[in-house]
Amino acid sequence: MEMTPALPRMHEREVGTHPDFLPAGRRTAAQVISRPSLTYWEDAWLRLKRNRQALASLGIVSALLLLTLVGPLFWRVDPAAQELNRISESPSFGVRARVIEEPGTYEELTRSDWPESPAAPERALEIPRAIGLLDEPSILAVRLRWEPVEGAAGYVIYRSDRAPEGAGSYGVPVGEVLGGNRLSYEDRFNLSPGEYYYTIVAKNGMEADRGITRKVVLEPGISLADAQLLRADARVGEILSLPSHPLGTDYLGRDLLARLMAGARISLFIGILAPLLWTFTGVLLGGFAGYAGGRVDGVLMRVTDLVMALPFLLFMILFKVVLGGGPGESGIVPMLLSMVVLSWTGPARLARGQVLQLRESEFIQASRLLGASPAWLLFRHLLPNTLGVILVSLTFSIPSAIFTEAFLSFIGMGVVPPTPSWGSMCNDGIQRFLTYPHEFLFPAVFISVTVLAFNLLGDGLRDALDPKMRSVS
Amino acid sequence: MASYILKRVLWGLLTVYFIATATFVAMHSVPGDPIMGAKAMSPEIRANLERRYGLDQPLGVQYGIFLANMARGDFGISYTQQNRSVNDIIREHFPVSALLGILAVVVATAGGILFGSITALYRNKRPDRLIMLGVILGISVPGFVFAALGQFGLTELNALSGREVLPVGGWGTFSHMVLPALVLGLGTMAFFTRLMRSSLLEIVSQDFVRTARAKGLSPVRIFFSHQLRNAILPVITILGPAIATITTGGFVVESVFAIPGLGRYFVQAVQQLDYTVIMGLTVFYGAFLVFMVIAVDIVYGLVDPRISLGKET
Amino acid sequence: MKMRDRLLRVAAFTLGLLLAGAQGAFAAKNVLTYALSTEPPQLNSTKATDTESFFILGHIMEGLTRNGRDGETLPGVAEKWEISDRGATFHLRANARWSDGKPVTARDFVFAWRTAVDPKNASEYAFILYPVRNAEKINKGQLPVTELGVTAVDERTLKVVFEKPCGYFLGLTSFGTFMPVREDVYKAKGERYAAEAADLVSNGPFKLTSWVHGASLRMDRNPHYWNSAQISLEAIDIPYITPDNSARFNFFKAGKVDILAGLGKDDLPKAQSERMKMRNFSDGTLLFLEFNFREGRVTRNKKLRQAIAAVFNPQEYISRVVGIPGTKPGRGLIPAWLRGKKDLFRKEYPIADRRPDLARARALVAEARKELGVAQLPPLVWLTGDTPTAAKEAEYFQSVFKNALGIDLRIDKQIFKQRLAKMSTGDFDIVAAGWGPDYADPMTFAELFTSWNENNRGKYVSAEYDRLIRAAQATSDAGARMDAMAQAERLALEDVALLPTYERAVVFVMNDSLDGVIRHAVGPDPDFTRARFVSNGR
Repeated sequence: MEMTPALPRMHEREVGTHPDFLPAGRRTAAQVISRPSLTYWEDAWLRLKRNRQALASLGIVSALLLLTLVGPLFWRVDPAAQELNRISESPSFGVRARVIEEPGTYEELTRSDWPESPAAPERALEIPRAIGLLDEPSILAVRLRWEPVEGAAGYVIYRSDRAPEGAGSYGVPVGEVLGGNRLSYEDRFNLSPGEYYYTIVAKNGMEADRGITRKVVLEPGISLADAQLLRADARVGEILSLPSHPLGTDYLGRDLLARLMAGARISLFIGILAPLLWTFTGVLLGGFAGYAGGRVDGVLMRVTDLVMALPFLLFMILFKVVLGGGPGESGIVPMLLSMVVLSWTGPARLARGQVLQLRESEFIQASRLLGASPAWLLFRHLLPNTLGVILVSLTFSIPSAIFTEAFLSFIGMGVVPPTPSWGSMCNDGIQRFLTYPHEFLFPAVFISVTVLAFNLLGDGLRDALDPKMRSVS
Repeated sequence: MASYILKRVLWGLLTVYFIATATFVAMHSVPGDPIMGAKAMSPEIRANLERRYGLDQPLGVQYGIFLANMARGDFGISYTQQNRSVNDIIREHFPVSALLGILAVVVATAGGILFGSITALYRNKRPDRLIMLGVILGISVPGFVFAALGQFGLTELNALSGREVLPVGGWGTFSHMVLPALVLGLGTMAFFTRLMRSSLLEIVSQDFVRTARAKGLSPVRIFFSHQLRNAILPVITILGPAIATITTGGFVVESVFAIPGLGRYFVQAVQQLDYTVIMGLTVFYGAFLVFMVIAVDIVYGLVDPRISLGKET
Repeated sequence: MKMRDRLLRVAAFTLGLLLAGAQGAFAAKNVLTYALSTEPPQLNSTKATDTESFFILGHIMEGLTRNGRDGETLPGVAEKWEISDRGATFHLRANARWSDGKPVTARDFVFAWRTAVDPKNASEYAFILYPVRNAEKINKGQLPVTELGVTAVDERTLKVVFEKPCGYFLGLTSFGTFMPVREDVYKAKGERYAAEAADLVSNGPFKLTSWVHGASLRMDRNPHYWNSAQISLEAIDIPYITPDNSARFNFFKAGKVDILAGLGKDDLPKAQSERMKMRNFSDGTLLFLEFNFREGRVTRNKKLRQAIAAVFNPQEYISRVVGIPGTKPGRGLIPAWLRGKKDLFRKEYPIADRRPDLARARALVAEARKELGVAQLPPLVWLTGDTPTAAKEAEYFQSVFKNALGIDLRIDKQIFKQRLAKMSTGDFDIVAAGWGPDYADPMTFAELFTSWNENNRGKYVSAEYDRLIRAAQATSDAGARMDAMAQAERLALEDVALLPTYERAVVFVMNDSLDGVIRHAVGPDPDFTRARFVSNGR
């Protein structure tokens, strides 16, 4: 489009003096502005304030930001610290545990007068007559012993967290001893406080159907070595308060609250920075295209078309792999870059459309008539007036960026461990959802609340910034 | 008109060429290659394989060969499934993804219109509140969460009812498709419901509705022939992009419900760096989207008298 | 308004429709149902490399021999054989037939083996035939395939000439690459051979009757199989293919599959609360850390490697991180299940349990720093794959290295092929690797750290180790071979060429009425050929 030729300026002094053309008297009373005049943004803010949902969302968003920035100052737990004997613990406060000694060397019980590997007997193997403990069981080790079974060439040790209901329900096969004369077993497999039912089943080629069961109750405990890390002067037998985990722990015994706060930093960083970057890029390019028009516009819009034609998720995965990330890198930068490369087109089109529309509008014409420079036009009129629409689109793209991050992490192409992100935490948690719901629910709730907040805030902003809805009362 | 279509199609072809080249460049800049195996092979065996797949040629030659084959509609043979052509893979698995996608879109649109109408009619009453709560969940909970929870819920339901209400996975009959389509369409359905609700509410207060009411038309008639018809328009306009997102976004659902769709092949192909499959699938999907958009535009132009084709906006 | 109610009713009806649609009865008995995690890429036995292909091939094909319940070699197509240092002669049974009724002949084996080593065929597993005379030269393109040391003396006699004595050759003959292939079918199908169910003929207990790619497979009993009377199952049906662990668990829970070949760590509590009967099985794979010995890598420093070995706590690692019961701590390069001279190799050449020694580890790190002349050790690059388990293991080691040794570990997580690329170019300090056996002989592991082995990714080079393995490969005398391999193993452990972490185990569950399922560390796993339903199942 060519510029409208500027009209010659009117000469102020050439107005006639006919009475009709005399200035009217000032009707001051009617023209008093009874309310403070509101700028566009003040008005928008007023209307946003009246929108309860939007305000609540704004509160949530601020709280989230506060959580990530200030939270770690108060909850000073290292998100990477592993407590391997407190894996996947439910939310707890100040669990008390007895300091216990590392059990002495385990010596296996064998009977030299008993055959080690007899021939398989004709009839079914019997149930061991008795099952007992070699010494006091603790969460560090449970040492079982049992009476030998005739014809057995070995024994299988089962463990369950609930009472067995007959054959086949003995639980997890934690171990096996080979040799009918070996009559004890030390279980150290992933023990945690609670009830266990141990079952010993004799075996010779085939396993016997039934075994003998014994219940063992394990009290919360902490090994002396671990206790001394908490408090240097800890002694055996003393009761200690273990560190609290208000949201529980994860699969490596790490504090979930600390991880969620660290994860928030990643998820919100990607979720907010990526849309900011791509919107900025898009607006710049789109605004330029719209303003410049002609050939530049044509070329830029063709490029936009091309990029828009790339299937988003497919290329997101591909780019993520291509940009990769070296050792020790979290993979955030490649993800950010891929998103920007693939997503700048939306805002670019939006900005271009806005600029095209505004360029023709009366107030721009007027400003131009008054001799405004292109820069003045761009920065004083065009950009501020597109800002509302852009802001709304930005708010709505934050949820989609958070989802994309979560999705990529979910299919294993997201951030690299040990960097936590809500998406990767969801992915880890969902496998264990039934057993340890907290590991999945908390990150999922965080994602959902954040996405929801930004959606509602976007709604509110759209209503508030819509000039059509500008308050008239 | 004809020249407009020709122009669009030519531009579409150029776009597909761009997608193909972008994929080719991206793919070949990843370290590693498709013929590496978990167990390392001797240089001789490697050389044999490279010769077989033409990987011993310079990259430029490979690019040329690839373009020539693509022009003939031949994407080559998969590296991981050594005797299946990519064309076969697309032919066999795309219909599955497409069917699932179409069902999901149908579920989303039907549900969206239905629930949107209910919310608008019961504005600020209990059904509205209830559905909007569902909508909020649908919009803010990631799809993979729905997929996993949906399957778990169904397993429990089947166990409780003592019979198979719906199969928990697999593919074949209509009953296999119900839950995956529902899960896949849920997010879009929530979005459509919201859209429908707001556009209905906007229309309720418009003049032509008031006129219709003044004429004494029955509420049913007003609703269906005036309100609904006009309120549906925004839903229809975003149907195109929605279909695209849904048909390409089925990875997780396909994996959780053991559905033989194309999405799974793509993720697997990237991990295995299966050059031909990656190329084939991106080009195919790209072309699919590009020509869908063209077709939609043309149909719009034919249907809507306000749009005249050939005039650039 | 009435219309509102109508709309509500429509909504309710739609929901009802969606929830309805009950499906027929559960799977019929005598048909075993199973779910695969990925589908076999193809079923050309001369080119197969993966577990899924070998699983299917093990049921629809049969080699000269087959594996028994305890890994022993049983007669297959061959009913008897003579084997010496120079070669072997196999006598094929008269009633061995293909699924189209034609007899299985010695020529089918000659054709298959020649195809496998043909450079044009580009088989990755060609190397497994290298004990046969001229195989390696043919594969390198130096000799025509007709020079391969295998001949069909007559229809039912197969004569094999060895390149050099091979003590484990008989064990190889059940392996997929050694299975027979029908020349007429192979040539008629060309590139499409074994691409679909209709594109191959089988000689095994079952035959492939349906294969819907990505969705399902079905194998029906092969009536022409020589031992068909002993096969109880009518069919093996595989209606699901999905990599999703919990989805497969749900299929089992819903009674849609009869066996779940491996439960994930996270499935164990679920299985416990469902009171499923769980069983253990060692799948034969050894997991270990491989160190980079290339010039310029700090992991070349022996003290550093010893420190890492000294700080490693196998008990804690297996119990808390690996989390699969039955997992054995890795003691040496040769896993505990392999046999030596007469008894288990590990019993004949015992290695003590590994116990962590923090003080020693720290002292060793200090020495390593002194030797390297640095005040602080640089961060080590830990190369790993993109599976969730691999990530967890890496995170565990990162914390151990940091807390116990003060060494930073940089996790380099890569997709499968990229990791392989980095492994072969040596772009790592430590890589978590695993090795599954190709055949049931310690050699399949012992060979790994020879200087010429391409799988020696860290490029550990020891002339003495090479010499010992060469000596073991040059004889078929069990005593001499085992002694040499045991010495080589000791050497590799002393040098910390690797740090064995664990021997993998799987926990599996199956339908209570299912019996006779065999799990193999080598060969098709699980093996359903002798499975049967004892009473009416669920």
